[in-house]
Amino acid sequence: MVLEGLLWCVAALLGTGAAAVAVARRRTATALVYGISLCVTTAAFLAAVASLLAPASLGGTLTLPIGLPWLGAHFRLDPLAAFFLVVVNLGAAAASLFGLGYGRHEESPGRVLPFFPAFLAGMNLVLLAADAFTFLFAWEFMSLSSWALVMAHHRRPGNAAAGYLYLLMASLGTLALVLAFGLLAGPSGGYAFEAMRQAPPAATVAGVVLVLALIGAGSKAGLVPLHVWLPLAHPAAPSHVSALMSGVMTKVAVYGFVRIVFDLLGPPSWWWGALVPLLGGVTAVMGVLYALMEHDLKRLLAYHTVENIGIIFIGLGLALAFEANAMPAAAALALTAALLHVFNHSVFKSLLFFGAGAVLGATGERDMERLGGLIHRMPLTAFAFLVGCAAISALPPFNGFVSEWLTFQAILLSPALPQWLLKFLVPAVGALLALSAALAAACFVKAFGITFLGRARTPAAGEAAETDRWSLAAMFALAALCLLAGILPGYFIDALAPVIQPLTGTNLPRQNELDWLTIVPVAQSRSSYNGLLLCLFIALAAGLGAEVIHRWASSASRRSAAWDCGFPDASPATQYTAGSFSQPIRRVFGTVVFRASEEVHIPAPGDARPARLHVRLRDVPWDTLYLPAAGLVSYAADRLNRLQFLTIRGYLTLVFGALVALLMVLSVWQ
Amino acid sequence: MILEAIVQLGQMIVVLALAPLLAGYVRTLKARLLGRRGPPLLQPYRDLLRLLRKEVVLAHGASWVFRVAPYLVFATTWVAAALVPTFATGLLFSYAADVIAIVALLGSARFMLALAGLDVGTSFGGIGSSREMMIASLAEPAMLMVVFTLSLLAGSTQLSSIAAFMQGPDVGLRVSLALALVALVMVAIAENARIPVDNPATHLELTMVHEAMILEYSGRHLALIEAASFVKLLLYVSVIACAFAPWGIAVAGQGFAAYLLGLAVYAVKLAAGGLLLAVFETAIAKMRVFRVPDFLGAALMLGLLATLLLFVSRVA
Repeated sequence: MVLEGLLWCVAALLGTGAAAVAVARRRTATALVYGISLCVTTAAFLAAVASLLAPASLGGTLTLPIGLPWLGAHFRLDPLAAFFLVVVNLGAAAASLFGLGYGRHEESPGRVLPFFPAFLAGMNLVLLAADAFTFLFAWEFMSLSSWALVMAHHRRPGNAAAGYLYLLMASLGTLALVLAFGLLAGPSGGYAFEAMRQAPPAATVAGVVLVLALIGAGSKAGLVPLHVWLPLAHPAAPSHVSALMSGVMTKVAVYGFVRIVFDLLGPPSWWWGALVPLLGGVTAVMGVLYALMEHDLKRLLAYHTVENIGIIFIGLGLALAFEANAMPAAAALALTAALLHVFNHSVFKSLLFFGAGAVLGATGERDMERLGGLIHRMPLTAFAFLVGCAAISALPPFNGFVSEWLTFQAILLSPALPQWLLKFLVPAVGALLALSAALAAACFVKAFGITFLGRARTPAAGEAAETDRWSLAAMFALAALCLLAGILPGYFIDALAPVIQPLTGTNLPRQNELDWLTIVPVAQSRSSYNGLLLCLFIALAAGLGAEVIHRWASSASRRSAAWDCGFPDASPATQYTAGSFSQPIRRVFGTVVFRASEEVHIPAPGDARPARLHVRLRDVPWDTLYLPAAGLVSYAADRLNRLQFLTIRGYLTLVFGALVALLMVLSVWQ
Repeated sequence: MILEAIVQLGQMIVVLALAPLLAGYVRTLKARLLGRRGPPLLQPYRDLLRLLRKEVVLAHGASWVFRVAPYLVFATTWVAAALVPTFATGLLFSYAADVIAIVALLGSARFMLALAGLDVGTSFGGIGSSREMMIASLAEPAMLMVVFTLSLLAGSTQLSSIAAFMQGPDVGLRVSLALALVALVMVAIAENARIPVDNPATHLELTMVHEAMILEYSGRHLALIEAASFVKLLLYVSVIACAFAPWGIAVAGQGFAAYLLGLAVYAVKLAAGGLLLAVFETAIAKMRVFRVPDFLGAALMLGLLATLLLFVSRVA
C-alpha cells in the first residue's frame, strides 16, 4: 500500500523531470517544477513518517517486471528504508520550498529543472530497492542526475573539473559496490536482498565485502581519504542542490552502508568495530580542520559534511563493535546515536546551505573575506543561520548535541568490550570526537562571525537585501526542527526504535514515559539529559537577569563609535578576517596535518610596497594518494596507447592470444 | 521533593552569591602574596553594582547579537553552575544535565561570547575571539577526557553519582585519578583565563584573550559578563571539589544539619581552592599565546593517558 504510493511518488517525480525538459524555457516552469516536487516529496515524507510510527503497516514487497529479465525489480519498505525516506523527503521538501524562491534567480533553468526531480526520484528509489540490480541502477541514476546538477554552471571556473572528479569517484564507488554485491550474491547469483539475507557469506568474504562497502558507500558519503570530490562538487551545484547533496545524498550513502553491513552481511567480526570508528574519528577531525582552513562559505559547509559523516561512522562502527561482542543494548545505543545524527545533520546542513544560498543570492559572493555585516541587511537569514551554526556545533539545547551526547554515552560503554585493541582504541576515538566537536564550534564562530557580523567588507555585502519569503520559510522550518529535536529528543529516539530493533535485536528503553521528557539511554543512575528543562532554565535565567537589571539597575544605552582601545579605524579592512581568525588553529594543527607554511615578504625600509604573507597548505591525501594514482593511470594509458596502432595481423594475434588465455584460465579453474 | 527543590534553589543562590566573593578573595590573596594590601574582599560586588548602574555605550555597528550575548552567557553559565553539586548532592534537576552537558553548556556560553567579540568588527574583538576558540578547541577535549576517566570509574556521567563513588570504599589511589586531576586543573586555569594562559588583570592589549573579546562591553552588559566569569571560576572549583574532594558534601535525606555542615565544608573547599590558585598564579609567569597549545596539549594527553591507564590498573 504505502510502498505502491511511494513508487507512484517516484514515478511522478520522474514524469516531472521529463516534462520539465519541454517547458524549462517558460517563465512559470520554475514554480511548477518546484511546486510539484514540494507536493510529491511532502506526501512521501508524510507517508514515510506514518509508516515509521506504525511499523505494523510495513513489510510489503513488490516485484515489477522491469530490469533484469530473470530477476525483475524488487521493492520493499522496511523500517530502515522508512527512516531514510523520512530524512530524504524532509530534505527534498525543504529544498523544493527553498527552490521556489531561489530558483527564480537561476540563469540557466533548463540545466537544473529537469534534473532536480530526477535526482529526488533517484534517491527515493535507492531506498526502496530490494535487489542489487535495482539498487545499483538507482544509485547510478542518483549519481548521474546529481552530476548533471553539479555541471549546471559548467562555465564557471573549476566546476567542470569538479564534475569530472565527481564522475570518477562515483564510478569508483559504484565499482566497489558492484563487487560487494557480487560477493554477497555468491556463486548461486541470488541478487535479491532476501536471498542474500538467507545466505550470509563466510567471515573472510564478509570482511572483503565490508571493505568494499566502505569504499563504495564511503566515497559517496565522504570518508577520508575518499572525500576529495565532495568539497569541490557539492558547492558547485545551485545552493538548494548543494543542500540536497550534502544534507541528504550523503545520508543515502550511509543507508547503503547500513543496508549492506548491518542487514545483509550477517554477524560482524570484532575488527570491523576497530576499523570503522577509527576511520570515522580521523574523518571527523580532518573534515573540520579542512573546513577551518576554508574561506569559501559553501565549501566550508561541504568540508564540514565530511566531519559529520565521520561522527556518524563512529556511531556505526561502535555499533558493529558491540554487536560483534554480543552486547545488543550497547549496539542499539550506538546505532541510535548514529541514525539520530543522520537525521540531525540532514536538517542543519540543509539549513546552513540554504543560508549560504541566500547570502550568495543577495551578494553574489561565496568568499567570506568579501562579506561581513550581513546581520544588519539580512536579519532573518542571519537568525536562522545562527540556529544552524549552534546546532551543528553541538551546543545544547539544539539537536546536534543530543546525537553527539548519545555517541559519547556509547563510547563510555566500551570498557566492557573484551578485545584490548578496542578497549584502547575507542577512548582515543572519543578524544578525536571531542576534538572535532570543539573545533566545529570554532569553525562556526568563524562562519557566522565573519559572514554576518562585523562590518561589510565589500559594497556588495553592504547593499545586500533580505532574501525572499519562500527561502525564509524553508530556513525557519528547519531551524524550528533543530530546536524541537533538541528539546524533545525522546520522541525522535522512540521513533527510531522499530529501525534499531531488527538490526541489533533490541532497543533503547522507551523514552517518552520518563518525567519531564528526560532521555535516559542506559539507566537512571548512569546518565540522563533533558534538553527541554535546560532550555527552560536558560530562558528563565536570562529573562530573570534581564528583568532584574531593567527594573532596578540602569536600562539606559547610547550609541557611540567603537572603543577598540582608543584607536578605532574606519576601514573595514582592519577587521579580523576568516584567514586571521583561523590562523592560531592553523599554527597549532595545520603544521602537522597540512604541512602549513607561511612566507612573509617584508620590503626593505623605505620601500613603499606592501608586505605580503603567503600561506601554503598541502592536501596530504591528494598529494600522496591521488596524484600518484593519476600519474600511474596516465603512464599506463600512454603505454597501452600503442595497442591502438597495430596492424590487422597484430590485432588478430592479440584476439587469439586473449581467447587462448581465457580458455586456459577456465580450464585451470574447473 | 520540596526539600530537593529548596536545596536546588539554595544552590542557585549560593553559586551566584559566593562567586564574586571567591574572585575578590583570590585577588586579595594575590595582592598580599605580592606584598600589596590589595582591594577589599567585597570589591567585586561593588564593581558589579557600579557597572549595573552605568549606562551602556554601544558601538555603532553593534547588532542584536552583541546585546543578547551577555544575558545568554550569564544564563548558561549560571544554569551550568547550578547543576554542579556544591554543598549537597541530590539536586532536584541534576538529572537534566550530566557533566558532558555541563561542559557543552559552557561551550554555548563561549560560542555566544566569541560571536559578540566579532560583532562590532574591531581587530581586538577578533583577536580575542580567535584565540579564545583556539584555546577552547584544546581545553574542551581535555576536559572531556577527564570526564571520561571519572565516568568510566564511577560508571556514570552524573556528577552526583561520581561524587558518591569517590566517597565510597572502592576508589583507592589510582594513577589515573592523579593524572586526571592535573589535567582538570590545567583546563580550569585555561578556561578561566588565569595565569599562565591569560591574565585577568592585564591591560596590555596584545596579551589579552578574554579581556580583548569583551573590550567593547560596558555598563550592565559588562556586569553580566563579569558575573558570568566569576560564576565560571566558582563552577570549576566546585567541579574539582565535587569530583576529587567530595567529603562532607550533604546527601539527600540527612537532615538540615547535614546541609549546614555541607555549606561550611564547601566554604572551606572554596577557600583552599582559592588559596592554591593565588599561590600558583603568583609563582608562575604568563606564557606566550603560542605556548598555550603545548600546555593544553599536555592536558589533553594527560587526560587520554588517564583514561587508558584505567584499563591497565584495573587488570593489576
